[in-house]
Amino acid sequence: METIVFYVFSTFMILSALMVITVHNPVRAAFFLVLTFFASAAVWLLLEAEFLAIILIIVYVGAVMVLFLFVVMMLDVNLAELKKGFVKNLPLAIIVALAMFAMIFMVVGGEQFGIQKFAVPERHAADYSNVSALGQVLYTEYVYSFEIAAVILLVGIVAAISLTLRRRPNTRHQKVEDQVAVKSADRLRVVKVETQPRKHTIANAEVEK
Amino acid sequence: MNFVTPDFMPAMPEIFLLSMLCVIMIIDLFLKDESRGATYVLSLIALIATAFLSFSNFSTESITTFNGSFILDPMATILKIAICIIVVGVFIYAKDYLKDRNMYKGEYFTLGLFGVLGMMVMVSAGNFLTVYLGLELLSLSMYAMIAMQRDSIVASEAAMKYFILGAIASGILLYGMSMVYAVTGSLDLATINKAVSGADRVVMSFGLVFIILGVAFKLGAVPFHMWMPDVYHGSPTSVTLYIASAPKIAAFAMMYRLLVDGLAGMQADWQMILIILSVLSMVFGNIVAIAQTNIKRMLAYSTISHVGFIIMGVVAGTQAGYGASMFYAIVYAIMSVAGFGMIVLLSRAGFEAENIEDFKGLNQKSPWFAFVMMAIMFSMAGVPPFLGFWAKITVLQEAVNSGFLWLAIVGVLASVIGAFYYLRVIKAVYFDKLVDETPIQASMDIRLTLSLNGMAILALGLYPTVLITLCITAFTRAI
Repeated sequence: METIVFYVFSTFMILSALMVITVHNPVRAAFFLVLTFFASAAVWLLLEAEFLAIILIIVYVGAVMVLFLFVVMMLDVNLAELKKGFVKNLPLAIIVALAMFAMIFMVVGGEQFGIQKFAVPERHAADYSNVSALGQVLYTEYVYSFEIAAVILLVGIVAAISLTLRRRPNTRHQKVEDQVAVKSADRLRVVKVETQPRKHTIANAEVEK
Repeated sequence: MNFVTPDFMPAMPEIFLLSMLCVIMIIDLFLKDESRGATYVLSLIALIATAFLSFSNFSTESITTFNGSFILDPMATILKIAICIIVVGVFIYAKDYLKDRNMYKGEYFTLGLFGVLGMMVMVSAGNFLTVYLGLELLSLSMYAMIAMQRDSIVASEAAMKYFILGAIASGILLYGMSMVYAVTGSLDLATINKAVSGADRVVMSFGLVFIILGVAFKLGAVPFHMWMPDVYHGSPTSVTLYIASAPKIAAFAMMYRLLVDGLAGMQADWQMILIILSVLSMVFGNIVAIAQTNIKRMLAYSTISHVGFIIMGVVAGTQAGYGASMFYAIVYAIMSVAGFGMIVLLSRAGFEAENIEDFKGLNQKSPWFAFVMMAIMFSMAGVPPFLGFWAKITVLQEAVNSGFLWLAIVGVLASVIGAFYYLRVIKAVYFDKLVDETPIQASMDIRLTLSLNGMAILALGLYPTVLITLCITAFTRAI
């Protein structure tokens, strides 16, 4: 049963990964990438890496790919330009890809990574928790790497803000904070108006005449 | 599970720098544009204090902490001090350049400091994870620094190119690391080193090739050099200063950590690959540099040739060879920062002195800076008594000592070819007619730093033994 599930998802993964690079429409390519991530998450589940599988779906499928789709849809990608040369370069690309595949397969194939070289990993008990196992090493053994990863995120924030934030004083935009902070005295000016005799009633009377 | 709190002391410089960075970022938030100088001064103080902390942390033995992810050895200490001092120079040169071009923002300095932190992490990395994370920290800061000049098309193009190629190189490096991890079962460099002999040879060399590829990209060795001329040329000179100097020191450290600390058992394999990279870089860099008229591009190709020499020292494969290579990396950074500093000196608001023509007749304008330029160029060409000569000769000596005589001969021939384009700049400075009559407008601090920098090239060239012995004993004593 498990083997069947593995082969089904692996086939899905490989086929959809192939589709990512061969379909013409970038939006479709992005969707196939989602499928690839989903299938690999399923394979991870079979390896008992439940936490990673869920993170892959939440972070990659849920956040990164949605953002990616937004960008692809918002940009005006010239499809004809992208397709140009695809057919012409295809034979060469296939030859190079197959050669690369054959060479990599010789190294990472069954001969080096087969079952006789690496024993089947032990099955964990049903109450084994991935999350607590990760949590135990994340803040102890790998605390240094963890902190640096946090600093990298900080750099990301600083970089994104410094690249996109630009103050343009000449544009006519609403200043929400000023609008909220406004007081009645700023808006309403009470002016003392001197009372005068009602001239317009006299004028009306003249018209009636 | 029992957990022992790691010893934080060896990582004190990094911890201090990160804390200072956070403080500087918060202060910078509340500063008005007129008082941006405070960020600049604070960044300089942070760098100098970090260098001082690294110095006071010096230990002759190799100390590891954080479960082996952090190594403090003499090499790490010396390189960290060198990186901090060089970035101080970079910031001083960059300040007025940024001001004149309306790019004087706090982010330049904070991202620069983040990059320094990344370099320091790389320099004392003890496992694959920290090597990679340090590298990413450095690279991300550099991509953002280049892209900050957002109205310039060339700068955006340079940032894009660097980002995409850098991401591919990082991916390849990670793939290689994953292969090595698969057969040795560890990310820790020391453990990998012990496991190499028992590991599957085929997969190990497969992983090794990918790792070297990633390192060669970061160093900019031929044939992974394509990004360098475009990125050096496209970036604002204030950023070129940064990416052309200190990161090469960090890249050398990364090469040493991965190949010697981690994969010393594969020396015969990586020596062959590095020889090819070294020869191609030296020959190609020096020949293509001849055709350049833009001095930033010329210096980029000259960097490629210098990288060939840095690799040559590692090829030698002895402790003294690594020392020579490290000496070369530091010397290169000193020369490079001075070379790009000259461009900043001659530039002014609305004018970039980036062509060799702009240096014509510099001697009539300012004999002193003409002399400094001559010192830099002679040093890069490897003419005695300047510093660059000693860097070249120590590397060549170690290559010959290890039996790579022909490699040394190729190196010498390549430098002879390279001397042509350095001498051409000196000819422009001394013998050509003055074209641009406007006097040099750079401020006093740039003049002073550049003079000091030029003097360092001459003085360290006259008394090179201190720095050379420091670099070589850093390796011999550590093991």
